[in-house]
Amino acid sequence: MATERFEKKQARWWSSLVWPVSGLALLLLFDLCFTDGFFKLEVRDGHLYGVLIDILNHGSKVMLLALGMTLVIATGGVDLSVGAVMAIAGAVAARLINTTNVSFPVVIGVTLAVAIAAGCWNGLLVGAFRIQPIVATLILMVAGRGVAMLITDGQIITFTEPWLTYIGNGHLLGLPFPVWLSGGMLLITALLTRRTALGLFIESVGDNQTASTYAGVNSSTVKFFVYVFSGFCAGLAGLVAASNIKCADSNHAGLFLELDAILAVVVGGTLLTGGRFYLVGAMVGALFIQTLTTTMYMRNVSADIAPVPKALAILVVCLLQSPKVRTKFSGLLKRRGS
Amino acid sequence: MKKHFSQTESLVKGLLGSLLLATICAVGARAAEKKIVVGFSQIGAESGWRTANTESIKAEAAKRGIELKFADAQQKQENQIKALRSFVAQGVDVIAFSPVVETGWEWVLREIKRAGIPVVLSDRAVAVTDDSLYVTFIGADFVEEGRRAGRWLAKASDGKAVIAELVGTPGSAPAIDRKKGFTEVIGQYPGMKIVKSQSGDFTRAKGKEVMESFLKSPDAKQITALFAHNDDMALGAIQAMEEAGVKPGKDILIVSIDGVHGAFEAMAAGKLNCTVECNPLIGPQLFDAVDAILAKKKLPKRTQVIEGVFEQSQAAAELPNRKY
Repeated sequence: MATERFEKKQARWWSSLVWPVSGLALLLLFDLCFTDGFFKLEVRDGHLYGVLIDILNHGSKVMLLALGMTLVIATGGVDLSVGAVMAIAGAVAARLINTTNVSFPVVIGVTLAVAIAAGCWNGLLVGAFRIQPIVATLILMVAGRGVAMLITDGQIITFTEPWLTYIGNGHLLGLPFPVWLSGGMLLITALLTRRTALGLFIESVGDNQTASTYAGVNSSTVKFFVYVFSGFCAGLAGLVAASNIKCADSNHAGLFLELDAILAVVVGGTLLTGGRFYLVGAMVGALFIQTLTTTMYMRNVSADIAPVPKALAILVVCLLQSPKVRTKFSGLLKRRGS
Repeated sequence: MKKHFSQTESLVKGLLGSLLLATICAVGARAAEKKIVVGFSQIGAESGWRTANTESIKAEAAKRGIELKFADAQQKQENQIKALRSFVAQGVDVIAFSPVVETGWEWVLREIKRAGIPVVLSDRAVAVTDDSLYVTFIGADFVEEGRRAGRWLAKASDGKAVIAELVGTPGSAPAIDRKKGFTEVIGQYPGMKIVKSQSGDFTRAKGKEVMESFLKSPDAKQITALFAHNDDMALGAIQAMEEAGVKPGKDILIVSIDGVHGAFEAMAAGKLNCTVECNPLIGPQLFDAVDAILAKKKLPKRTQVIEGVFEQSQAAAELPNRKY
């Protein structure tokens, strides 16, 4: 009985992945055939070096954001503030590492605490005060960048501390550290939501808040938690972003990345209306977006028109996701078959 | 009742009289000092460059004893128009402003002209049908900056270079004009060609990411030069080169535009070859223009900002002088 249920769950889990994965596979196939040097991998200075590694490396920021965003969207909300929280995290880290002789673990601790505090703010507004998520998180999205600018005095603060620069530039067992970081976070998030009842709580709140409240789920607490978690993920992403360029650029760090994260979640198969969520799907979605961007660079598509092919590719994946389009499509195939 | 009324009347008269006296005194004092009042409306504080621009104007006004009425438009045209109208109401001697956008200034500039106040544009131009609406425009010439970068690269590479280009934000004036000026010069040298051109959005992060993909393309080994539309993108690209084992400044010549502090540090370290200055410190030139206007001197419609081209050899000496 138990194994049967487990198998059922697995089947569902895999079937949800079919569409985003096939989208990514199609894109990679296109690159394999038409983009020179896309699949070239070599070992340089003891670590892997190539375009695919770059995609994993740069995609990890959106992957981290998408982890938090998936849970938020699963409760029927949205977190628009993650880009601004990234900027704040970068600013705090750069400021702390430069000013006093604060040790590296303290810097990381304080930075993540600030990011969590930002998440608490969103969580309070949405969970306790019942403000609509899009409005509640918009506040921090607008104000957060200002806070980051305040911390850095509107300047770009550079740093050279080896541990802090390792987060975004270092390598572990041949792969860039951000890849391990996002992979590890995926594992933790998956265990937290799938091996405990938490995932069920989140899905139930997103599916039907009234019903879940009557069933004894404290929806306010669940919502508070997902925004805190999203803030934490944004803090990590902010550290990676700042570390990668060895400076805190408050004006541009994480700019518009909240939209990429939402897109990754949607491409991954999670509905914006909440309910069932797919973490691995969101990761594939993040990689899909990054692969598209890198493809544009590699194929030398002019930046003026690059958004058009990107939008078209995303449109195709979203259409593949739509059940209506799929039934029409399969109906067409069947008719042709008969 | 009547008595009471007359009392009030006398009180009012007295008050008015003293007010008048105070005004006369104030005007007298003002006339004695002859303090010039300039209203300046700034775009906002979106970058280090802009902050340096503001600081330069404020510092120069304080130095010359000019009263500066400063208004920050926070990137909004309506704020700026409000500020300009309030300058007219306050009767300032000269109005200066950096327009947020190019269009939509005709009405408010006419109002200012009717009030008889001369207008100086700084940093960005406006599109108006009647160019008597402003006296002069002081600002950088983005096309010329692009040309300077091109000329420097042509000289440094003896007219032979395979160039990768990091473009600014698509559609922005500096990106369009710098590209235009650069390609104009490059076109005169058959040995120079741009093989890669992608947008780095004027940021370090994107500059680095795009450069990484340039370095992994099959024709990466041919690239001998990099032209970045601003210093930040070049600084990001330098990191990408170092990580790929390419020596920035030696294997690949790098020229960028702006002349920010970080660029001079990179030049002093031998990683950046040249930066074309885009000078935000226009305070002195702005108030020279104000003085000239008030002295009824004729000014050209376009005043070029004094800008230099800096190479590695000058970097270490120039570094302490950089204010932005």
